[in-house]
Amino acid sequence: MGAFDFAVIFDNLPFLMKGMQTTLLLTALAMFGGIVLGTLLAMARISSITVVSVVAASYINFFRSLPLILVIFWFYFLVPLVLGQPVGGFYSVLVAFTLFEAAYYAEIIRAGITSVRSGQFQAARALGLSYAQSMRFIVLPQAFRAMTPVLLTQGIILFQDTSLVYVVGLKDFLVSAELIANRDQRLIEMFTFVAIVYLIISYSASQGVRLLQRRMQR
Amino acid sequence: MNYNWNWSVLITEPYLGWIVAGLGWTILVSILAWILAFTLGSVLGIMRTTSVPILRGIGTLYVEIFRNIPLLVQFFLWYFVLPEMVPYDWGMWLKRGMPMPELTTAIIALGLYTASRVCEQVRSGIESIGVGQVSAARALGLTEWQAMRYILVPVAYRRIIPPLTSEFLTIFKNSSLALTIGVIELTAVTRQIEEYTFQGFEAFTAATIIYSMITFMVMGIMRQIEKRSLVHGMIGSSK
Repeated sequence: MGAFDFAVIFDNLPFLMKGMQTTLLLTALAMFGGIVLGTLLAMARISSITVVSVVAASYINFFRSLPLILVIFWFYFLVPLVLGQPVGGFYSVLVAFTLFEAAYYAEIIRAGITSVRSGQFQAARALGLSYAQSMRFIVLPQAFRAMTPVLLTQGIILFQDTSLVYVVGLKDFLVSAELIANRDQRLIEMFTFVAIVYLIISYSASQGVRLLQRRMQR
Repeated sequence: MNYNWNWSVLITEPYLGWIVAGLGWTILVSILAWILAFTLGSVLGIMRTTSVPILRGIGTLYVEIFRNIPLLVQFFLWYFVLPEMVPYDWGMWLKRGMPMPELTTAIIALGLYTASRVCEQVRSGIESIGVGQVSAARALGLTEWQAMRYILVPVAYRRIIPPLTSEFLTIFKNSSLALTIGVIELTAVTRQIEEYTFQGFEAFTAATIIYSMITFMVMGIMRQIEKRSLVHGMIGSSK
């Protein structure tokens, strides 16, 4: 294994960038889907209708008790079977990540909603707003404002977790780097490079979140 | 959906034996990695709350590095990169000489990663106690170390039982990553059964039930321990 070879990284930058695009796209879509589904789950979870609340709680606790890799396996095989045709790995893992992340987002959003003082909701109802309107215009905006830092932090965790698509061989950033590493026998360079890129992105993002948090507290 | 369910595969040998063995490896990796994570994480967490800048610096650096690199990449760094970076003989020992290289690497990688998370829990537990207690301890003549040892740490640990429980459950779930370096733990077994029999969903179902049952069991046990170790006179201790 000779000296550290930077050329292997530079020569393959376009391929690596493509991998990073997949990683970022998967992160963004799963985060969006997870927050939408998570919001519905959170509202169901705090619903006064027992059945709805129990179903939501079961969903959340169930998904939170499973390893992400197992969930990825499930949907990697299940999605094509349900649809009756091959859909490509990306969509299967996107479904897996969305359903899995929704359980984590739901808990964050629930905490956000319950942190809004109950007087706000009551006042909205007293002013004649319906349940949906009170949630949509009064409670959720305040809740989301308060929980933005936590949602973003969960997004950073999700960004790192997308590397687990490795188990089904989807060409994200890590898998692209691994392909080159094995082809050119440059494991040290590629894996070190991958680690540093993830470190820089996650660290900068988490510092950004910290800054935002400080600004919001002022 | 076109799928021929065949549940009997789960109780057929060798597949049943695989599942049991896989569960055994999952539990072994989780517990050994937890011991490492808890010990190192506690030391780092306490370091981050002392008044010595260098100790705080080391703790912070450790957390930022281990928390911001995906766990899977850390597995690869320990398993593929480290043996090539050290002198040749050491590298050979890491790859071949060490007892069960995959298993040992998985435990160390998982333990070191989770230590950064435990560190943050311990730190926030200690910081949540408030300056009043420390000031009182110091005013009574305790040194900083004594205040830590007799006042802060005992209270902090009783308070952070719930987050530590969820960290343990995280380690339990994250132990599935060991399959990427060749440890045939529970999740790996399901994939193996899928490859041998094409009855993947039965195997996934079995693993799903096992994981969630163990999670709910651990949560139940920890809730009992939590009740017994409540710090009285605090909000929430009147339950």
